[in-house]
Amino acid sequence: MEQFLQQLLNGIAWGGIYALIALGYTMVYGVLRLINFAHGEVYMVGAMTGYYVAHALGLARQSSLAGLLVVLAAAMAVCALLGATIERVAYRPLRSAPRLAPLITAIGVSLLLQNAGQLVFGADPKFFPPLLQAREVLRVGALAVSNIQLTVVATALVLMAALQLVVMRTRFGRAMRAVSVDAPAAALMGVPVDRVITGTFVLGSALAAAAGILVGLSNPKIDPLMGLLPGLKAFVAAVLGGIGSIPGAMVGGLLLGIVETLVAGYLSSTYRDAIAFVILIAILLYRPTGLFGSEPAEKV
Amino acid sequence: MRARGLLGVAAAIVLLALADWALPQILNRYYLTILVRILVAVLAATSLQLVNGFTGQFSIGHAGFMAVGAYVSAAFSVYLGAGWLASLAAVLPAGIARLAYFPLPLLAGGLAASLAGLVVGVPSLRLRGDYLAIATLGFGEIIRIAILNVDTVGGARGFSLSAPAGVDLRYEGIGVIGAVVALSVFVMARLVYSAGGLAFRAVREDETAAEAMGIPTTRVKVEAFVVASFFAGVAGALFAHAEGYVHTNSFTFVRSFEIVAFVVLGGLGSLTGAALAAAVLTAAPELLRGLGEWRMILYSLLIIVTMILRPQGLLGSRELSLRWLRPRSTAVAGRPG
Repeated sequence: MEQFLQQLLNGIAWGGIYALIALGYTMVYGVLRLINFAHGEVYMVGAMTGYYVAHALGLARQSSLAGLLVVLAAAMAVCALLGATIERVAYRPLRSAPRLAPLITAIGVSLLLQNAGQLVFGADPKFFPPLLQAREVLRVGALAVSNIQLTVVATALVLMAALQLVVMRTRFGRAMRAVSVDAPAAALMGVPVDRVITGTFVLGSALAAAAGILVGLSNPKIDPLMGLLPGLKAFVAAVLGGIGSIPGAMVGGLLLGIVETLVAGYLSSTYRDAIAFVILIAILLYRPTGLFGSEPAEKV
Repeated sequence: MRARGLLGVAAAIVLLALADWALPQILNRYYLTILVRILVAVLAATSLQLVNGFTGQFSIGHAGFMAVGAYVSAAFSVYLGAGWLASLAAVLPAGIARLAYFPLPLLAGGLAASLAGLVVGVPSLRLRGDYLAIATLGFGEIIRIAILNVDTVGGARGFSLSAPAGVDLRYEGIGVIGAVVALSVFVMARLVYSAGGLAFRAVREDETAAEAMGIPTTRVKVEAFVVASFFAGVAGALFAHAEGYVHTNSFTFVRSFEIVAFVVLGGLGSLTGAALAAAVLTAAPELLRGLGEWRMILYSLLIIVTMILRPQGLLGSRELSLRWLRPRSTAVAGRPG
């Protein structure tokens, strides 16, 4: 039982990270109907930024929550800018092009960031500085909760709550929802669609950066190709929850993290990576719109 | 007409033999390897074009079917074919024995991949648009990870085609590989530009209307998918036998994306466009090799810039053909190829 709870806890921590990345996929899909394959690389850049900022500010050696927050904010800012740039340079010129064109540029951007990453950061893995010294903060029976797990889960929850506030309670959020329902109609109603789309990329990329920092904390080995698989899996999580749905991405991410950890713990770790895709297929075949998605009206 | 056809076939055989003999004299191993990779990429791209460009069903898991073809053909050669090849070589000259044997693993790989295509296609093709794309991506990865866990084909170690009995199972006849690819592309072109192929394009243009005209759209989609998987499998089998070693790392979703990029950059609905893009983009990283670390950056920029400047792809849905060289009046309007 304790073992199970321990695995569940690990799963929740991983799931929170997937959820943060998945939110970016789902929001961009919501407003643009675009699968932004470069999103995993934004997450990688987030982790890398955290690495350099922590070293530059001399925060790498000390364990402090304030230091972590500074690094987190810096990475989120850098990635927000990166996300806006990607949208402006690679996707906006293709707004009226056939739907596959932006998908291919997304793949191009993803390749570009991976290779630029290898050039700038070096291809060897780096070790993310221990911004927090791991220690046990809570023990329930045999279940040990570390400060890192707690930070990861808490940060993810706070960011998700903040996003929910932005989307549901602000003018920008309302504009975003309007664009995702019907962009041309929203434009007619005076919503600045281009600005909303840029804003969506900014939000999604900042969340991906946060995920990158949280991964660096709990799993310190980072490298320029680290975004590839988590990016794809977060995308699976977004589909699982219902792509385009924000609560769906959160639940999908958590579920995927938990299931993966349990499969790795109880069955076999070699199937860890396959399970995400098996879930994906099962969901697509039985409920293509995901857990929280709604059936789009079919146009004839 | 018939005599000319026979003459053509004879000329092709002579040309093939000449290419098989001459190319290795002119080019060193490095160039030969690149040439084989280009040919494999051309076949993979044109076969995916059948689904994505002609039937309008967006599939992004093509590397999975290449993997099936590569592994099944490799296993076929190692576990069954080595003996046959040895006994063929005992009675025939080595070159001819190889030539007689080579179609077998290709067929085995192609058939296995088309079976996989059927298994994946029947459930997935109920889905539409992005959901189909995502499902094929997932199936591609599942296939790859499943292979990774089969120990008889090497698992994570990869699978080598050096046979137990010391029979060399590699096949580097560049002319023959080229011929296989050319023949495959020709068959696919005949398929999509024949009357039956109109059904493919009808499904692409408007599924509902096609269904109303009595076209069994689901069957057409599955057909296109199975044929595409067959040729992807052949491409995988060629790759496996030319390289002499296969590993699942060659067939990740990154490879699938690459093939999709060939198709879209070449122009959706253009076999020659896909072939051209596959050739250029496979050669590009090698041509740029002198640039060191910058080459992959330039390569990805090439993809982004091409797409921004020509979102419909290099050739759009037109085909490159010798007909372009003829006077305008003889070309039949609206019938590419």
